[in-house]
Amino acid sequence: MENKMETRKLSVYYKNFQALYSVDLPIQKNAVTALIGPSGCGKSTFLRALNRMNEVIEGTRVEGEVLLDGKNIYDPRVDPVALRKKVGMVFQKPNPFPMSIFDNVAYGPRIHGIKKKTDLEQIVHKSLAAAALWDEVKDRLYKSALGLSGGQQQRLVIARVLAVEPEVILMDEPASALDPISTAKLEDLIHQLKQNYTIVIVTHNMQQAARVSDYTGFFLNGELIEYNTTTAIFTAPREKRTEDYITGRFG
Amino acid sequence: MDKGLAGIYENLVKYLLGIVAVTSVLILLLIFYFLIREGAGLFSHVSLPGFIFGTEWLPDAEPPRFGALPLITGSLVVTTGAGIIAISIGIGIAVFLAEVAPRSVREVAKAVIELLAGIPSVVYGFLGLTVLAPLIKDMLNLPSALCAFTASIVLGIMALPTVVSISEDALDAVPREYREASLALGATKWETTWRIVVPSARSGLLAASMLGLGRAIGETMAVLMVAGNATLIPHSIFDPVRTITADIAAEMGETVHGGLHYQALFGLGIVLFSITFFINMVTDIVFARTSSKRGAS
Repeated sequence: MENKMETRKLSVYYKNFQALYSVDLPIQKNAVTALIGPSGCGKSTFLRALNRMNEVIEGTRVEGEVLLDGKNIYDPRVDPVALRKKVGMVFQKPNPFPMSIFDNVAYGPRIHGIKKKTDLEQIVHKSLAAAALWDEVKDRLYKSALGLSGGQQQRLVIARVLAVEPEVILMDEPASALDPISTAKLEDLIHQLKQNYTIVIVTHNMQQAARVSDYTGFFLNGELIEYNTTTAIFTAPREKRTEDYITGRFG
Repeated sequence: MDKGLAGIYENLVKYLLGIVAVTSVLILLLIFYFLIREGAGLFSHVSLPGFIFGTEWLPDAEPPRFGALPLITGSLVVTTGAGIIAISIGIGIAVFLAEVAPRSVREVAKAVIELLAGIPSVVYGFLGLTVLAPLIKDMLNLPSALCAFTASIVLGIMALPTVVSISEDALDAVPREYREASLALGATKWETTWRIVVPSARSGLLAASMLGLGRAIGETMAVLMVAGNATLIPHSIFDPVRTITADIAAEMGETVHGGLHYQALFGLGIVLFSITFFINMVTDIVFARTSSKRGAS
């Protein structure tokens, strides 16, 4: 297996608070890596460090390296805007823009310079189809995205990310605001997407991590406690704390 | 509290709030009624089109002539100029404060700008008269700088705090999730601001613009001091103008209660009221249309 991304001694600080302590974690190509752990353990911080979205918050500081295809994304020569085109992100709460479904998906391609209507239509179609949403919205592409259900909105947001053709997709608890049926659809989608994309997903839900991921990292108090294949983590954890967490003894 | 009492309390609150709501509508209607009652007598002497499209405002002539067109154009020209200045600069400042400026700068700047709103209008007029007008006169080499242009600048500056303050609130209220989603798609800060944040705040920006315009069209004192007050239809923005409000303020003291001139000034009041009413209605319609199209919740 090949590492698409890798962190080396990654520490993240918010002003004086250290949120992550020297994390080394590989992210395999075309696989789903799940990050689990109790609230405040640093898993979301870790995720946001992978496409430099933590920089949006004032007072954040990063030490160590994050490699994407072997190159450090925190190198001063790297443009965070270009990086985020390669490493897309899906947020906890579905956040479609207050515009039509079409314009939502076309937003990324448009800012990256695609203007031709037929090209945009093609991208929108392809992305919505890949996000398993095309059949549900094809008759209302020009209606507001805010009229969709929560589950549809989350798949729309994924289509919007797919439209800029990223290589890695980061998902921050993407199903936490969804009902069970929408969650199941989303998990199916994640399964399909990993054939073409590398996926990192933060989740609170252990069953979800077990269902969708190939590798799992367990975080606690800003440290990576254990990383292994998902099967190994859930059947034979090496660390006592991992076992306690996945068996529900705390968290 | 038992259920019966709670029910009475609920109803009491409901009726009290209902009364308050009805009262404000009632007051509005009464104002309109009063304006019409006081001004109606005019129209037995001057026809309505003659009043609105008449080009001569000579209340002291024999017989007096009440053509309000110079005043209406005066008000419209000055308000348009002030609106262009206040809305473009105001929204620009608001975007800078909400999106670009660091927190410390934003807080100080916003406090100062809101303080500007508290300066009495006569002070603005005074500054316009003694500082701005001579400056403009020298710079543009005009015989007199008391004209629509100067009045527009003064009014524009006066309306600025309203526009900035409300626009900044509207921009600030755009959910962080929108910005983050846009940035995470590889948009620059600038693209995020212009393509996502500003359009998402458009209803607030529209409200800010309309309140700014409202402040400009209703303003009297400052405009009376700097607009030049000639009751002529202006041919350029450097001609002196007199606005509806300035005319009412300047002439009300000379009129006889219930006389023709008095009635004519109330007629002007009706016109002014209708203009503001019209602006508000257009805003409401535009607003309803854009939000239903976008389906904003």
